[in-house]
Amino acid sequence: MPDAKGRRIALGCEGSANKLGIGIIAHDPLTGEPTVLSNVRDTFVSPPGTGFLPKDTARHHRAYFVRVAKKALEAAGVSISEIDCLCYTKGPGMGGPLTSVAVGARTLALLWGKELVGVNHCVGHIEMGRAITGATNPVVLYVSGGNTQVIAYAEQRYRIFGETLDIAVGNCLDRFARTLEISNDPAPGYNIEQLAKQGGRVLLDLPYAVKGMDCSFSGILGRADDLAAQMKAGEPGPDGEPFTPADLCFSLQETVFAMLVEITERAMAHVGSNQVLIVGGVGCNERLQEMMGAMAAERGGSVYATDERFCIDNGIMIAHAGLLAYETGFRTPLEESTCTQRFRTDEVFVKWRD
Amino acid sequence: MDTSPSSPPTKKRKMATDTTAAEQEHQFPLPAILTHPSATPPILITQGAEGRLYKTTFFSPNIPCALKYRPPKPYRHPILDARLTKARLAFEAKVLERCRREGVPVPAVYAQNAAAGWIAVEWIEGAPVRVKINEWLGQRPKNEEEEKAADAKDQGPLVELMKRIGAAIAGLHRTGVVHGDLTTSNMMLRPPTRKTTRTTEQPNGVSEEEAKAKLLEGYVVIIDFGLANQSQSDEDRATDLYVLERAFASTHPRAENLFEHLLESYKQTFGKKGVSVLHKLEDVRMRGRKRSMIG
Repeated sequence: MPDAKGRRIALGCEGSANKLGIGIIAHDPLTGEPTVLSNVRDTFVSPPGTGFLPKDTARHHRAYFVRVAKKALEAAGVSISEIDCLCYTKGPGMGGPLTSVAVGARTLALLWGKELVGVNHCVGHIEMGRAITGATNPVVLYVSGGNTQVIAYAEQRYRIFGETLDIAVGNCLDRFARTLEISNDPAPGYNIEQLAKQGGRVLLDLPYAVKGMDCSFSGILGRADDLAAQMKAGEPGPDGEPFTPADLCFSLQETVFAMLVEITERAMAHVGSNQVLIVGGVGCNERLQEMMGAMAAERGGSVYATDERFCIDNGIMIAHAGLLAYETGFRTPLEESTCTQRFRTDEVFVKWRD
Repeated sequence: MDTSPSSPPTKKRKMATDTTAAEQEHQFPLPAILTHPSATPPILITQGAEGRLYKTTFFSPNIPCALKYRPPKPYRHPILDARLTKARLAFEAKVLERCRREGVPVPAVYAQNAAAGWIAVEWIEGAPVRVKINEWLGQRPKNEEEEKAADAKDQGPLVELMKRIGAAIAGLHRTGVVHGDLTTSNMMLRPPTRKTTRTTEQPNGVSEEEAKAKLLEGYVVIIDFGLANQSQSDEDRATDLYVLERAFASTHPRAENLFEHLLESYKQTFGKKGVSVLHKLEDVRMRGRKRSMIG
C-alpha cells in the first residue's frame, strides 16, 4: 500500500552477475517521479587472474542477501507495510546467482505477503538510465560484462538494432584484465581504464570487427592476448620500441570503443535520433563517454550517461522497472516466479510507454 | 548550380536537404577535392552515419557524378581512423570495379583517393526503388476490400520490378560479392531512356493510367557498397537476402506478400546455387539474426 505521502514503493533485488544489489524506490502517484530511497550493493571480487564462477558467486549472494536487504531497509527508512511490491531479476544472467536472488525475493514475498514482479535486467538498466538522465527517447547503448546491444524504442518494445555476435565488450575487457593479472577490485574494467590513461605512446594494431550494426570481440581479445604474450617475452612493438601493459590497455580501449560508437552512430542515423544513452557497467568508462560525446556533438545531439551507482548492476533499477510494470497491472504469480539465463530485451512488452 | 544540360532541372534533382553549397560549407567542411576552383559547386544529397554524399561533376561539367566522402571521425584515434577509412574506401572501389567487370548493374568508379577519404562514382539518374514503390503503392486504393480486389489484377508492374530486383541481386552474388546492407533505398530505378523519363515526370497529355504503368519501368542499379564483402558462402548470401526481406517488410508492409517473386526470380537467375541459398535462407529466418544471449 502507498506510504503516508501516497507514494508507491518497491524493493528490487538484483544478482544476475557478481553484484548483489538491493534498492528501494518510491514513485510519486501524480507525476511518476522516482525517488531513490536506498541503493545497497555488495560485490563478489575474485583474485587477480581469475573470473567469478557461478557457484562461488551464488554462494556469495546467498550469504549476503539478508545483510544487504536489512541495510537497504534501514537506509530507506520505510516500514515493511509501506512496500507495494517486490521486484527481482528474472534474467538474463548466470543461472546460479539468479536463482539465489530469486529464492531470496520469493522468501521475502511470502514472509511479508507482497506481490512479486519479475524484471528483465536489460530493461532495468534502460529505465533507470532514462529516469536518472532525463533522456526522453534515446538510442541506448547497453554495454556490460554480459551484454552488448544497441537498442531503440518503437511500439511498446525495446528493439535490438545491433549486438555482439560473440562475447560482450565487458567480457573482453574482464578477460584481458585476467591476462595481464590486473586486480578485479573494484572492477577489472575500472583498472584497465586507469592503466590506459598512462598509455598512448603507440596504438597497437588490433582487428576492428564491425558488421553492419553488429560487432564481434573474441578475435580482438585473441590478438590482444597474443600481444601481451609478446610483451612478456620482451619482444618490441611495431615501432621497434618495447611496449607496456598501459599501451595494450590503451589500444584495446581505443579499438573496441570506436566500434561501439560506430554502431551506435549507425543506429542513430537509422532511426533519426540524436540522443544517446549509455547504460551498463562499461558505461561508467569516461573514455567511452568522451568518444560518444564527440560523435553525438557532431550530429547535433548529446550523450547521457550515469555514474557507477546506476551504471553498474544495482537493485534500484530492478525496483524502478518493476514498479513501472506493477503500475500497469503486471504481476508475477509465485508459481511463475522463475528465472532464466536467456531473456531478450525485445521480449518484454513495454506497457508503460507510448 | 547544375550545369549539366542532359539532366533534368536542378530543382527536381535536389532532395530533402535543399541547401546551397555555401550554407553546407558552413555546416560541414568540404573535402579538399571539392574546394578546387574548377569544381562544380557540390550539392549535399545525404548525410549518413558513414559519410556524406555530394552531387558534383567529373572531368567535364556535363558529366554528373556522386562523390562519397568519409570525413575523419573526431572520436576515433587518428591512426585507427586513417587506417579504417582508407581500407574501406579502397575495398568499396575494388568491389564496384569487380561488379562492373562482371556486368552487374552498379555505378562505375570514376576516381578515388582512399587516403583523402573520397570516391567519385557515376551519377545514377532516376529515384530510389523505395520512393518508386511507395509512390506506386500510394496510388492504390486505401480501402482494404477494394485493395484486395485490385491486388489480384494490377500488381503486375510491381511483380515485374520485384523480379528485376531478384535478378540483379543474383547477378551480384554470382560475382562473389555480398552487399551487406540491401534495402530498397540502396537500389536505384534508372529510367530506360531520357525521353520516357520526361514523359513520366510531366504527365501532360499522357493519361493517368499510362503514367502509372511507366512508374515502375527502368533498370535496377544497386548502390552503396560501403558494407560489402567478398563471399561465396550460402550463409552470407542468404543473410543478404534476409536483411532485404526484413527491410522490405518494414518499409513496404503493403507489398510484403510480393517478396516471394523476388526470391523466385533470384532462384531462376542463379540456378542450382540459388536453390541452396534459398534453402539456407529458411535456416537464417528460423534463427533470426538475433541469438538469445546470456548475462
